[in-house]
Amino acid sequence: MIKTDTLIIGAGPVGLFCVHQLGIIGLKCEVVDNLDKIGGQCIELYPDKPIYDIPAVPECTGEELTNNLIEQIKAFKTNFHLNERVEEIKKVEKKWITKTNKGTEFESSSIIIAAGVGSFEPRKFSTKEIDKFEGKQILYSIKDKTVFKDKTVCIFGGGDSALDWAIELSNTSKVILVHRRDDFRGMQATVDKANQLKKECKIEIYTKYQLDSVQGKEKIEIINIKHDDKSIKEIKTDYVLGFFGLIMQLGPIDEWGLNLDKKTIPVNTENFETNKEGIFAIGDICSYPGKLKLILSGFHEGALAARGCFKYAKPDEKYRFEFTTSSKAIKSRLGVKE
Amino acid sequence: MPKITYIEISGKFQTIEVANGLSVMEGAVQNDIQGIDADCGGSMACATCHVYVKEEWLDKLPKKEDGEEDMLDMAYEPKKNSRLSCQLIVSDELDGLTVSTPSKQG
Repeated sequence: MIKTDTLIIGAGPVGLFCVHQLGIIGLKCEVVDNLDKIGGQCIELYPDKPIYDIPAVPECTGEELTNNLIEQIKAFKTNFHLNERVEEIKKVEKKWITKTNKGTEFESSSIIIAAGVGSFEPRKFSTKEIDKFEGKQILYSIKDKTVFKDKTVCIFGGGDSALDWAIELSNTSKVILVHRRDDFRGMQATVDKANQLKKECKIEIYTKYQLDSVQGKEKIEIINIKHDDKSIKEIKTDYVLGFFGLIMQLGPIDEWGLNLDKKTIPVNTENFETNKEGIFAIGDICSYPGKLKLILSGFHEGALAARGCFKYAKPDEKYRFEFTTSSKAIKSRLGVKE
Repeated sequence: MPKITYIEISGKFQTIEVANGLSVMEGAVQNDIQGIDADCGGSMACATCHVYVKEEWLDKLPKKEDGEEDMLDMAYEPKKNSRLSCQLIVSDELDGLTVSTPSKQG
């Protein structure tokens, strides 16, 4: 059981800045995120796209913003629990106990949900009857590539993940790459490499095809792919891999007893607390009259939520407002030498 | 104001007046049309505002910009007449446009 003052759910820009705001007022926190990296939507959806509305930063990419925020909170040596999704939260006496899908448990006096539109999950095939094969022969990520050795693998997708794995697995497996159109959106060098392997007959590539159906009882034996012109092609394969990027799902958040409005959590605008005492929501996931889904609004929300957490973490102390320019305590927490 | 018709997967349809300059996605979200999620808020980063455009409108719409086709790769059951509704900006020329929503978004 990891004990801390506040648990932050979501390592996007808003969660990161909230680490800072908790840190300067002397509160400790831990951060959980379902992605394998820090940065949330900024890093997953638009790492290279310029953002123009961060105050005092005329232009920066999602990746630069993330890196700057990580730099800004370095002094607090915060633990990030990546690749983990919070599954359940419950109140035991005055503390919140949180459990993730990996079994990690936290005890904190408050929780800040900065989860954007929810957690990122792989996009799946739409074909019927694939559920029973998912996780066995139909996969959306690869943990152990040795299982594909000397097998036939049919890969769907047109981005870098699909291309990289097609190239990598072609060394040890029979690889068939299927994509819905002729253009691949992966890096040019990767696309060229895949085409080269096709010429050398090391990869089969079918474009303008999508998965139509799967056949097999216990195991998949044959899949059918459908061309734009409706013609069907049969493929015998051992594995089917889909790389269609990630989608955001609200996930278990709707089971925590919080009030929800569509996919957002209503909060008060004094400290961004939800209907549950000690649980706060900030950033895209919170809603209130006048809410703007902007990163800068999330920073403000995090600053106030952090102060809201103070009374739960230190019930016997009175929070005192201080500026970073003049407070010795804050400077010492930031590790600034005077 | 131009009228846009949204057909939900159930077959239920609504014709709504959408102001010039708004996107077809915004018209849907502001009027609680089911089946258009628009998780990223219109920055062409999520493909959850995916719609099918009625065939006769395909050629009348502004061409896809770079990136829209890439995002459609990730959409749920993309077809030839797939578009991202956040990229369709309403104008007088789009008066009468009909779009239908997919069985789900992602």
